[in-house]
Amino acid sequence: MKFVKALASATILAACTFGSASAADLVVGFSQIGSESGWRAAETTLTKQQAEQRGIDLKFADAQQKQENQIKAIRSFIAQGVNAILLAPVVATGWDEVLQEAKDAEIPVILLDRTVDAPKELYLTAVTSDLVHEGNVAGKWLVDTVAGKPCNVVELQGTTGSSPAIDRKKGFEQALAGKDNLKIVRSQTGDFTRTKGKEVMESFLKAEDGGKNICALYAHNDDMAVGAIQAIKEAGLKPGKDILVVSIDAVPDIFQAMAAGEANATVELTPNMAGPAFDVLDTYLKDGKEPAKWIQTESKLYTQADDPMKVYEEKKGLGY
Amino acid sequence: MTSTVRTYLTRLLPQLIALTIILAAISIIFPGFLNLQIQNGRLYGSLIDILNRGAPVVLLAIGMTVVIATKGIDLSVGAVMAICGAVSASLITSGHSLAETLLVTLAVGILCGIWNGILVAVLDIQPIIATLVLMVAGRGIAQLITEGAILTFNDPGLIYIGSGSFAGLPMPVIIWLVFGVLVALVVRQTALGMLVEAVGVNREASTLSGVFTPVLLVAAYVLSGLCAAIAGVIAAADIKGADANNAGLWLELDAILAVVVGGTSLLGGRFSIAASVLGAIIIQSINTGILLSGFPPEFNLIIKAAIIVFILVLQSPRFRAAFQFVSIPRAAGKPTEREAK
Repeated sequence: MKFVKALASATILAACTFGSASAADLVVGFSQIGSESGWRAAETTLTKQQAEQRGIDLKFADAQQKQENQIKAIRSFIAQGVNAILLAPVVATGWDEVLQEAKDAEIPVILLDRTVDAPKELYLTAVTSDLVHEGNVAGKWLVDTVAGKPCNVVELQGTTGSSPAIDRKKGFEQALAGKDNLKIVRSQTGDFTRTKGKEVMESFLKAEDGGKNICALYAHNDDMAVGAIQAIKEAGLKPGKDILVVSIDAVPDIFQAMAAGEANATVELTPNMAGPAFDVLDTYLKDGKEPAKWIQTESKLYTQADDPMKVYEEKKGLGY
Repeated sequence: MTSTVRTYLTRLLPQLIALTIILAAISIIFPGFLNLQIQNGRLYGSLIDILNRGAPVVLLAIGMTVVIATKGIDLSVGAVMAICGAVSASLITSGHSLAETLLVTLAVGILCGIWNGILVAVLDIQPIIATLVLMVAGRGIAQLITEGAILTFNDPGLIYIGSGSFAGLPMPVIIWLVFGVLVALVVRQTALGMLVEAVGVNREASTLSGVFTPVLLVAAYVLSGLCAAIAGVIAAADIKGADANNAGLWLELDAILAVVVGGTSLLGGRFSIAASVLGAIIIQSINTGILLSGFPPEFNLIIKAAIIVFILVLQSPRFRAAFQFVSIPRAAGKPTEREAK
């Protein structure tokens, strides 16, 4: 009974904020997966920054890679009567019950960066990037850059079987489809790590006539590209000139490489998922208009022309 | 003298044959495999890559051999690599000199070894559990040091350890060659090696006959920790950064595999450091060969597993007994180990 009362008062409170239509009084709960990678640390930093800029009171909960912690956090957000919940789900399944509880309490839930296997009406929307599109952007850049000249491409794949590896490969191949001048001659997994990226690139260089046969490298993430760049340098070639380097993620270190002329392009997987989420939330709370169920973040292409050192300085402090 | 050489060769024969077959097979699939050339004043070629990329596992295998000879096992070496890589990167970026950085890093490796050794020798915890503690916790410690990010550095001295070259060979190769020979000399030119074997075969009997087993056991884990520290520095220097999440990940398994491929029994007793080094090189040859072959990555692990199973079957006493008439002369140590079971 007490719980229902709390819920009721929360709803009334929420209704009041709807009325005033000011973001300043918003309280938003954010259940983050944990600190699994530099990218996620940057996502947390940016979410906090975005909330501060908009005057939103962000309640942050770190789940330490455990779903039960996330479910607990969401239940506590509901009990506290927050206006909305951001959720970066650690796994895809098992969310139906807790999402239903949030829905019953009329608290909109926005999924960040990953989606869940639950009925779509249980959450407001999902803000994620399109992995296939990222590969596509990288592929298009290469197609435009070589401009019809024959070009042998080597590919460093992510961890075999992981969805970024599958989708980024697919998108890149789609961009290259029908372009007979571009050919993927070698493709191996570098497990998303610098060490393996370097080791596999060394073998590519040996296998393709000391690298003379290779005109471009496509890496599924920047870390593998950074490792591969070192291998290219040690083989006596110039990365960025003798071998074009394009990769995905846009972590700070690749901008240093771009500033040095050793990498050519990267596609950003933006850690700012919260910005679009807050925008959507704002419109929803003001007008009550349901947004689309999927909001795709921008996969922005950065090249050497985009003042890489400046971007590096901007990104450095985000906790990557 | 010739008889010692012959004993050595007989002991190493299975590994040498396996390595030759693998190298021959790769050069059939990939014709330019055995080519060596001088580039930028250093030897350049796939064979050098094998020696260079194999460095971390070779170093881990050297320490692991001695630990396994004491009837122990050290699962923490991969995590210790990550810790030591993180320590060296954070020291060098905070402005310490190269000498200080290396000394502290090696000391941290030794400290990890002492921790494992005390758990095993003094508290009498089973080695697999005792070292599992540091295997799990170690990566967390490394992540604390690097704050979850890849800690990059630009110190030319430290980078030289990973990607510099000396006398035409990459530095990591020089390091493991020198270190391996040193360890082999220390254990074989003194009675240490024999005492280690004695402890491995029967700890109680050795203690009763006057061997101070706790010190010997701790020393074995310290050596393993030291090896992991060197491997960790090399791995970090190679990519100019400490990657706490991935440095040395699963390498403890490769190191154990190298020791097993090298013919040292997991039940302790007789060991050969040279054979374990060969085992590590065999594993790296398979890895490099798979990369050169151009097979889709989905096949990597299956091919590796199939070759390893083949090598292990060749070494199995039952298989050898069944094919006695074609089998190669084998080391004297094997049957006694078998009987020890």
